[in-house]
Amino acid sequence: MLYRTAGQFKTSYTADQALFPVRQDAVLLGVILLFAYVIFPLTASEFAYQTLLIPILIYALAAMGLNILTGYAGQLSLGTGAFMGVGAYACYKLITIFPWMNPVVAILLSGVFSAGVGVVFGIPSLRIKGFYLAIATLAAQFFLVWLFEKWAWLYNYNASGAIQVPNLEMFGVYVSGPQAGSTTQYYLVLGIVTLMTLLCINLTRGNLGRTWKATRDMDIAAELIGINLMKSKLIAFAVSSYVVGVAGALYVFMWKGAAEPNVFDIPLSFQVLFIAIIGGLGSILGNYLGAILIVGLPVVLNLVPAAVGLSISSATVEHLNVMIVGGLIIFFLIVEPHGLAQLWRLIREKLIIWPFPH
Amino acid sequence: MKDAQGYVTADGRQIGGVLMEMKNITLRFGGVVAINDISFDIREGEIRAIIGPNGAGKSSMLNIISGFYTPTEGEVFYKGEIRPQMKPYEVARMGVARTFQNIALFEGMTVLDNVMTGRLTHMNAGLFSQALWWGRARDEEMDNREHVERVIDFLEIQNIRKTPVGRLPYGLKKRVELARALAAEPSLLLLDEPMAGMNVEEKEDMSRFILDVNDEFGTTIALIEHDMGVVMDLSDRVVVMDYGKKIGDGTPDEVRGNQAVIDAYLGVAH
Repeated sequence: MLYRTAGQFKTSYTADQALFPVRQDAVLLGVILLFAYVIFPLTASEFAYQTLLIPILIYALAAMGLNILTGYAGQLSLGTGAFMGVGAYACYKLITIFPWMNPVVAILLSGVFSAGVGVVFGIPSLRIKGFYLAIATLAAQFFLVWLFEKWAWLYNYNASGAIQVPNLEMFGVYVSGPQAGSTTQYYLVLGIVTLMTLLCINLTRGNLGRTWKATRDMDIAAELIGINLMKSKLIAFAVSSYVVGVAGALYVFMWKGAAEPNVFDIPLSFQVLFIAIIGGLGSILGNYLGAILIVGLPVVLNLVPAAVGLSISSATVEHLNVMIVGGLIIFFLIVEPHGLAQLWRLIREKLIIWPFPH
Repeated sequence: MKDAQGYVTADGRQIGGVLMEMKNITLRFGGVVAINDISFDIREGEIRAIIGPNGAGKSSMLNIISGFYTPTEGEVFYKGEIRPQMKPYEVARMGVARTFQNIALFEGMTVLDNVMTGRLTHMNAGLFSQALWWGRARDEEMDNREHVERVIDFLEIQNIRKTPVGRLPYGLKKRVELARALAAEPSLLLLDEPMAGMNVEEKEDMSRFILDVNDEFGTTIALIEHDMGVVMDLSDRVVVMDYGKKIGDGTPDEVRGNQAVIDAYLGVAH
C-alpha cells in the first residue's frame, strides 16, 4: 500500500528516466539521508563512529569501485586492496609534498593516481577474461604491496615503514590526524561518498553503463554493435580504480590514521570483494547493504554475548565471528546469489502490488 | 531489367546502385577453405538472401561483411570504396548492423537498455558530462530515447520495454534483437537466420517486420535463412552457396530453376 505506484504517470521521457521515477523511492532515500546527515551525528558515540559509521561508508565506497569493474563491466579483479593502497600512498605523498593542499582536494586527486595504475594493470583484460584475469590482477596485488614496502620514498624514508597521517586543517578545523574529531571526519567521508555515489549512479545508468553491461553480458555481440571493447574495459578500470583509490585515501586519512603496507594485502581485497558479492554485483545499493552486513555483523556479534550476560573470552568471540560470517556468506550466496540488492528489489516489487499477490 | 543504376523489382520497388560488393572473397582457416572465390553485390534498398545447405559458408560470409572475419583473399567494397581492414566496431560505426543466429542479447539488461545499446554509435558525450548527467549526456539520452521508442513502437514491443531480456520467450528475444539492430539506423542490416526456431505465426510476424523495415526506412537487408518459402517470398535476389562456392545468383525464380541449386539441396547420385 505504502509503495503503490498507481497514479504516478510519466508524460515525458525525461520524467521516466529521472533518478527516482517512483515517488516512494525518493522519500525513502530522503529519510536515509536525514538519518545519515542529521540523526546519526547527533546520537553516535565515538565507538559507533569508529567501528560502524565511518568504516561502513568507506568499505561501501571501495566495493562500489570494485562493483563498477566486476559487476558492471564484468572484469573480475582481486587487486582492490592494492589499488586502495595506491590511493592512500598517493594522498600521503601529495600531502607531504604540498602541505598547503586542501585535504579533500588531495583525497580526490589521489584517485587519479590509482586510476592510472589501474589502467596499466587492466591492459591484460584485453586478451584474457574471467579467472585468468583475476590471476593477472592478483599479480598487481602482490607487486604493489611489495612496492609499498620496498620503495622508501613512498613513506618518506621513516624508520617504521608505515605512513602516519599528519594533523591536517581545513578552514581552521582539524580534519585528519590524531587531533581530528570523529564527527568532522564522518561528515567529510559522508560528503565524499555521497558525491561519488551520485556520479557512479549517473555513469552506470547512462551510455557508459550500457557499454559496460554489454561488454559484461556478451563481448562479441558488444563489439559487433559498435563498442570498442578496449576502450570500454580500460575506462572501467580507470573509473573503478579511481573510486577505489579515493576509498583507500579515506581509509587511511579519515579512519585508520596510519597504515603499514600489509594493510593493503589480499585480505582487504577479499573483504571488499565479499561486500560486493554479498551486496549484489551490478548494483550500487548493494555495496551499502553488503558493507553494513560485513562491517556491522562482527560488531553485533561482539556485543551480543555481553548484553545477554554471557562471559565468553574475546578469542572465542573472534573465532565465532569468523565462523558465523563465513556461514552467512554461504547462506546468502545460496539463498540469493544476486545479493542483498536483489533481495530488496524483490521485496520492493512485492510491496508495489501488496496486498495483492499479482 | 537490371543495369548499373539499379533495377525495378517484380512488385515495383526501385532498387538503387551497389551498396556493398564482395569481390573474389576467399576465406581459409588453416587448410579448410570456408569460402572459395565468391563475388556478389548488395544493392541499395534490396532484400538480398544468402542460402545454402549447412556448412556452406553463409555465416562466414556474413561475418566477413560485418568485419568479424577478415577475408584471406579478395576485397570488400562499401559505398563504392574499397574497405580497408577494420575492427568489427568500426564496421558497425560505418552503418552495418546485424542480428545473430543464436540470440546475442545482453541478458542482464532490460529491453529498453538493450535497444538503447543500438544507439551507442550515435552517442558521444564525454565521461564527465555523463557522470554529472548534465548537458550533452542528458540531451543525448533523451533524443536517443525518443528514437528508440519509435523503433519499439514499430516492432510492437512497448509492453515489455522495462522487462529484463532474460525473462522473455524466444520469439520476442528475436524481435528485440531486430530492434537493437534497427535502432542503429543502419544502411545495411544483416540478419542471420531471423526465423530460426520459430513457429509459423512468429515467422509470419517476422517476415512482415522485415518487409516493413525495408519499405518504411528503405533499409538494405541481407539475410541468411533456411526456410525456403520465406526466402523466396521475401527476397529480391538470392545468392546460393554450397561447400564454400557460389552455385547460383539471381531472382528467386531464376534460382529455383537452377540445376546446380536443385542438386545441392536434393543431392545427386554419385
